[in-house]
Amino acid sequence: MDNIIEKIRKENLLGRSGSMFPVCLKWESVKNSDQKERYVICNASEGEVETFKDYYILKNHKEDVIEGINLAIKEMEAKRGYIYLNASYFDEFGKELQEFCGEKIKVIKKRGGYIGGEETSVIEAIEGNVPEPRIKPPFPSQVGLWGLPTLVNNVETLYCVAKINKGEYEGERFFSIFGDAPNKGVFVFPKDISVRELLEKTNNIPSFDYFVQVGGGGGGDIMLPSEIDCTINSLGSVIIYNKEIDKYQLMKKWANFFLEGNCDKCTPCREGLYRIMEMIEEEDFDEIEKMFFVMQKTSLCPLGVVAVKPFKTLLEKIIYKENENKN
Amino acid sequence: MKIKINGKEVKVKEGETILEVAKRNDLHIPTLCFHSDVKISASCRICIVSANGNLVTACSTKVCEGMEVITNSLEIDKARKTNLELLFSQHQEECYDCIWNLNCKMLDLAKEFDARINIFEDRKSSYPIYHFGSSLEFDSSKCIDCRNCIDICKKQGVEFLDLQENGNLMETVPSEKENRDCVYCGQCIVHCPAGSFEAVGEFEKTKKPLKEKNKTLIFQIAPAVRATIGEEFGLPYGFPSMEKLVTCLKEIGGDKVFDVSIGADFTTVEESKELLERVEENRLPMLTSCCPAWVKFIEFYYPEFIPNLTTVKSPHIILGGLVKKHLAQKIGVLESEVTVISVMPCVAKKEEIEREQIKIGNLKPVDYVMTTREVARFFKNKKIDFKNAKNSPADNPFGDPSSSGVSYGTSGGVMSSAFFNISGEEAEFKEERKGLKVAKVNYNGNELRLAVVHGLGNAKKVLEELKEDPLKYHYVEAMACYGGCIGGGGQSVPMNEEIRKKRKEGLCLSGEDKKVKKAKDNPIINSTYEDFLKDEEVIKEICHTSYKKKEKSFIRKTNQKGENEN
Repeated sequence: MDNIIEKIRKENLLGRSGSMFPVCLKWESVKNSDQKERYVICNASEGEVETFKDYYILKNHKEDVIEGINLAIKEMEAKRGYIYLNASYFDEFGKELQEFCGEKIKVIKKRGGYIGGEETSVIEAIEGNVPEPRIKPPFPSQVGLWGLPTLVNNVETLYCVAKINKGEYEGERFFSIFGDAPNKGVFVFPKDISVRELLEKTNNIPSFDYFVQVGGGGGGDIMLPSEIDCTINSLGSVIIYNKEIDKYQLMKKWANFFLEGNCDKCTPCREGLYRIMEMIEEEDFDEIEKMFFVMQKTSLCPLGVVAVKPFKTLLEKIIYKENENKN
Repeated sequence: MKIKINGKEVKVKEGETILEVAKRNDLHIPTLCFHSDVKISASCRICIVSANGNLVTACSTKVCEGMEVITNSLEIDKARKTNLELLFSQHQEECYDCIWNLNCKMLDLAKEFDARINIFEDRKSSYPIYHFGSSLEFDSSKCIDCRNCIDICKKQGVEFLDLQENGNLMETVPSEKENRDCVYCGQCIVHCPAGSFEAVGEFEKTKKPLKEKNKTLIFQIAPAVRATIGEEFGLPYGFPSMEKLVTCLKEIGGDKVFDVSIGADFTTVEESKELLERVEENRLPMLTSCCPAWVKFIEFYYPEFIPNLTTVKSPHIILGGLVKKHLAQKIGVLESEVTVISVMPCVAKKEEIEREQIKIGNLKPVDYVMTTREVARFFKNKKIDFKNAKNSPADNPFGDPSSSGVSYGTSGGVMSSAFFNISGEEAEFKEERKGLKVAKVNYNGNELRLAVVHGLGNAKKVLEELKEDPLKYHYVEAMACYGGCIGGGGQSVPMNEEIRKKRKEGLCLSGEDKKVKKAKDNPIINSTYEDFLKDEEVIKEICHTSYKKKEKSFIRKTNQKGENEN
């Protein structure tokens, strides 16, 4: 019989945080480490705007998530496991979850903003430090919590692992649909469903003119209705917007989200976002491409890369065109 | 292991960063936040290069087999230039009043990459200035958020500089915690690439003492300054410049120029006496006290060690006292008509001269402290040609120190002077760990364990050891700054391990030609004890002081106009 890592490999399970990183490689890397003391972290920080799939999974399928964590602990021969839990989820059901987990798994309340959910920030936070990203490499699977090999997986990833282990996994994925969606909620569908099918099957094709944001209400890409015949290769989150929405307000909301949520450590992300906010306020985008360039190419962690996506896609697909039409 | 840089194959060792490899191969990669004394933060994103097609920071990226690195391309230039423009967008320029004196990495980089330094309005132009005692200022409008200061402050074991959330931004601020205070070592000054930290009064207040007419103006030069000030004028690191400095100080109005190394000889003699007394009376360990940042560190963080600090005053305070109380009479001027300016490698000395406990009655032994940087700036403003200045000896009677006195400028100098003075022997030290060397010596049949430590973080570890085992060391010399005063917070920038090493060599050279080696053999010491330091009362007044537990000091905050904000 295949061991769990082989099973995961066969199913080609990709990280459900949106990273789309092959899960079996992370597991192997930790398992094959020379260091004997290891840790497992279930990342339940879910910090994206209007995205609630991990919340839904923890509320409805916590047994499977915990089973996934325990499978990881066993496979890694880990010393212990942690659930790093979104602060408001922690307030709502953290205590209950802790009781359910037993002693081997510790539930920890998330500190800091959006960046606090990045895997190396999670490790810093659990160690009691300022939740800030570390320089990678080394990756957590080699040098993680307390400098020891650490597996960091998303809630949904660990849920899938449990399902795979039981032979019940059918390639399903959780999709969070919010914003101006007529029928908001979290839905389960095959992972390769197209955005259009997803909206159709959940009765979420709006009657008004719309566009969507795919991959998170902060760092997701803006897509026009003509572009949605594709699968989701990032976070399982779709936000629907009425096309009449004040797009400058929307951009300010994103800018605020990232300004609040980043760690302010590296120049391009800290200053680039500050100037992007200024450019939105002044509706002057002459220098914005350069901000996008340094954020995408030279940020210290993925946040700077992700943060560019909504602005760039909204500007290019909608705002610049609208402005052209006005002139 | 091999990699390719710009198409050329080079040998590398595992674990090396791209920046290290480039330096070894004389390839230029621009850096800004990188400093060999602090941990790599990779925050400024200037040392961007391409590795296997991705832009990465050279300072933090380790090489791997077959890696292809490109250090120059249009894309790399664009990244560096834009990040530089963003750094300038937060940094309020005040180039005329900056410790980097236009010799600044940021400006160099701006030229190298044609950065438009004013493309954005300065984000921090209304940010406050924080004032730390009489020693230090932090102008947060210049801060570029590299956090080197926080790291070095932490490394010093002080942890006074901290990150605090301000709206959406994490910013560097002085800690509000009651159990954290600045000790004025000034290491933040010399590790900030943006000139956000400076000494109080640097450089606005340096002219004042020189305008006081009808006064006898005495300059006294600290040991370490002679091996560093030349740097400011294009002389090699460590170039012994005492005699040039004397000439130039005379040129700007100094009536007499003395050598604080003689003050050091007095300190040595007094400290040797105290050591022997303490050995006799079992009042060990004894801790040195000539470093004011170390003294403040004890008074604030480890007050339980106050009784262990030697009561001997620091060299320039003793010398200032002798000048005002003894020499003034001899040359026929009133003590109130003498102005003593100490030329110091240190910003904590600015706070030290304000201490009540060092006064002689109501008299301040030293009126002003000017740092190496301030004096250099003054010469530059006065268009004084330091580099080509002729050599003049320091003035008598306080111009000819022992070689021991000169060695006070570097870590280990105080300790070896004192031990040499009492035993006539050189103690053999072994490096125990980074920043700490230890010697076991025999004195009159007793084993004495001597410890020399530099860097406050290292000194903190020694104090912790002494808490566990109070007689682990019997006599400890501690200097707050790395390498001792040659690495002081008042010294020229840039500063790093390599530079400190050269300064130390230069200082040793400066001491070599001294006729007298031992402090107590110095004729001026003996004649001063015979003429003036005759009874215990006078010795106590001139040479000894006391210490007191310190509470957290008030951190004044002003706006850019200098108006109080708290």
